[in-house]
Amino acid sequence: MNRQRNGKHTLLLVGLAAGMFAFAFSLVPLYNIFCEITGLNGKTSTTPSTLADVNNESSRHVTLHFMAKVGRGLPWDVRPVQEQLTVRVGEMQTTHYYARNRADNVTAGQAVPSVAPGRAAQYLKKVECFCFTRQELSAGQETNMPVRFFVSPDLPEDINTLSLSYTVFPQQGSDVVAQTGGMPDE
Amino acid sequence: MSAHAESVPSQRHPLVAFALRWLLTTNHKEIGSLYLWLSFGLFFIGGLMAMGIRLELFRPGIEFFDPEFYNQLLTLHGLIMVFGAVMPAFVGLANWMVPLMIGAPDMALPRMNNFSFWILPFAFALLISSLFMDGGAPNFGWTFYAPLSTTYGPPSTDFFILGVHLMGISSIMGAINIIVTIANMRAPGMTLMRMPLFVWTWLITAFLLIMVMPVLAGVVTMMLTDRHFGTSFFEASGGGDPVMFQHIFWFFGHPEVYIMILPGFGIASQIIPTFSRKKLFGYHSMVYATASIAILSFIVWGHHMFTTGMPLVAELFFMFATMLIAVPTGVKVFNWVATMWRGSITFETPMLFAVGFVMMFTIGGFSGLMLALVPPDVQYHDTMFVVAHFHYVLYPGAIFGTMAAVYYWLPKWCGHMYDERLGKLHFWTATFAVNLTFFPMHFTGLAGMPRRIPDYSLQFADFNMLSSIGAGLLGLTQILFLFIVIKTIRGGKEASARVWEGAEGLEWTVPSPAPHHTFEEPPVLDPEASH
Repeated sequence: MNRQRNGKHTLLLVGLAAGMFAFAFSLVPLYNIFCEITGLNGKTSTTPSTLADVNNESSRHVTLHFMAKVGRGLPWDVRPVQEQLTVRVGEMQTTHYYARNRADNVTAGQAVPSVAPGRAAQYLKKVECFCFTRQELSAGQETNMPVRFFVSPDLPEDINTLSLSYTVFPQQGSDVVAQTGGMPDE
Repeated sequence: MSAHAESVPSQRHPLVAFALRWLLTTNHKEIGSLYLWLSFGLFFIGGLMAMGIRLELFRPGIEFFDPEFYNQLLTLHGLIMVFGAVMPAFVGLANWMVPLMIGAPDMALPRMNNFSFWILPFAFALLISSLFMDGGAPNFGWTFYAPLSTTYGPPSTDFFILGVHLMGISSIMGAINIIVTIANMRAPGMTLMRMPLFVWTWLITAFLLIMVMPVLAGVVTMMLTDRHFGTSFFEASGGGDPVMFQHIFWFFGHPEVYIMILPGFGIASQIIPTFSRKKLFGYHSMVYATASIAILSFIVWGHHMFTTGMPLVAELFFMFATMLIAVPTGVKVFNWVATMWRGSITFETPMLFAVGFVMMFTIGGFSGLMLALVPPDVQYHDTMFVVAHFHYVLYPGAIFGTMAAVYYWLPKWCGHMYDERLGKLHFWTATFAVNLTFFPMHFTGLAGMPRRIPDYSLQFADFNMLSSIGAGLLGLTQILFLFIVIKTIRGGKEASARVWEGAEGLEWTVPSPAPHHTFEEPPVLDPEASH
């Protein structure tokens, strides 16, 4: 009798453990959905925004700071052409990022944007961005990459300064790829 | 049913017979002893690493190790102490004492018990072997944040991952065994609300283990696939997010810190009534407080991440939820003090350790409350203040709790009394040393000394030298502890069955030393006596 109950309880508890293992993995999509709704981690949309919200009615101005970083293993120089820009809310703007491939072969990178403060992320609408696709530069090539964006008029009143930061990571297809699991190379 | 597992044919070579006896044993007392010895051994290995850390910090400047090796020492010290010293010690105590305290003949699943112990030596062999590999041991701290452990981790990280998987499997099996034992094998009349508090705290701890160890297994699995199979759970370039690592890790990590203290609460709740010669004050509130702490531990993980750029609302939520834990913890401390109030107290070594536990754990609890506050936490974060905080809850908390339990039950285990004078010497030197080691860290931390860095500014030199002297002394006191334990096992005054004049509970009804098999016939409980 005891043995039978032991078996039943063991099975239940193994099930609980397995369920929690599955729960750990379900945290990944849950986290992404949660962040998309709240903009918590500064992630912006990876697809172009439509022009529906563009309007030139507002007289409110906000300041934007642009930043760029290059991920380990990508031999590129990347920097914003303009580091700071004061824009009118709702107005379409274009700015550029300069990029140069220092290597003597073709390399590719993927830019990942991040907006601070995080809850402003969903109000910075990018219509066109080099971060939507993989960028490939031939040996020594220089380029100016455009970002077309506007700040949605729904931006909360207390936010007057936003920063948009890109980290450009090396991509498969380039010869120099960050080796995951390798030793730090310094 | 499992009573014949240890009767190996006697023609075998004595060494082989000895090895097989311990390898194949399914007896809860023998497995409990194995757990305790393993954790004792790993406690010394982890302690040796702490000595290395304090040696480097004795004076400013890089003197003995290069920073890379310092980081490896730091990482392995943390991992070995958490998973190798504290957790197996508590599991060992549970194996020994839970069946004795509830009147069961053995654990419910003896063969699984054997298996869950024998995984552990292999897990720690994998982990420690990484020290001798090309590229060195893991160097990213016991919290193994991505991308330090994914993109930048040394090749030996894979051994670490496999080791953690094995430890997790062992802990889950151990926890299942404890729950099934408590659920099904209590003596007739032992209702849930008559169980000793050590059993209660372990029941709750076992549920915590089953709920969070799989999450730890999940997060190291994600690390493994990120490192080798092209996934991007924590890789920003592939759409992942390293901050998510911290969320999943601390979802495991915060309940984990209660796994390391709740059994200690149970031990204090056994020992303090015995030496106060009174019943435990507020038995029911103790049970509910333990359960509340366990439930709250699932919603406070964000307080480890206040500086990751969390929105204000989340910071407030985690701050208040964390401060809420102080309420049930306060109930427990109140109950211990109220148990001692007007008791006829004597201070034998277990009582000294238990009272020291209550006082010094409370210091760690208060510094935890300080860290829970978002505005000052920005200053305290990643400083030696945090190191002081968690060492106060772990050393005079979890480890003093374990030592109290060993002194309390050792006469029951081996039939001899320990040397009371040496035990008291051990307590007082350890208490002096533990405070000398960790108290100055509060000051250096508040003044801005960062943790996990092998060098520091000159103004921290005096306090660090004091800490290092304290750490050396603390190491020596544990060698004294080893000596006392061995001396007691080898001989000493005969212990009576009851051992302590004020002791209550089923474990004191069996003779000392506890025979190989106990409670083959379930004991009869006095139906009148209850809490």
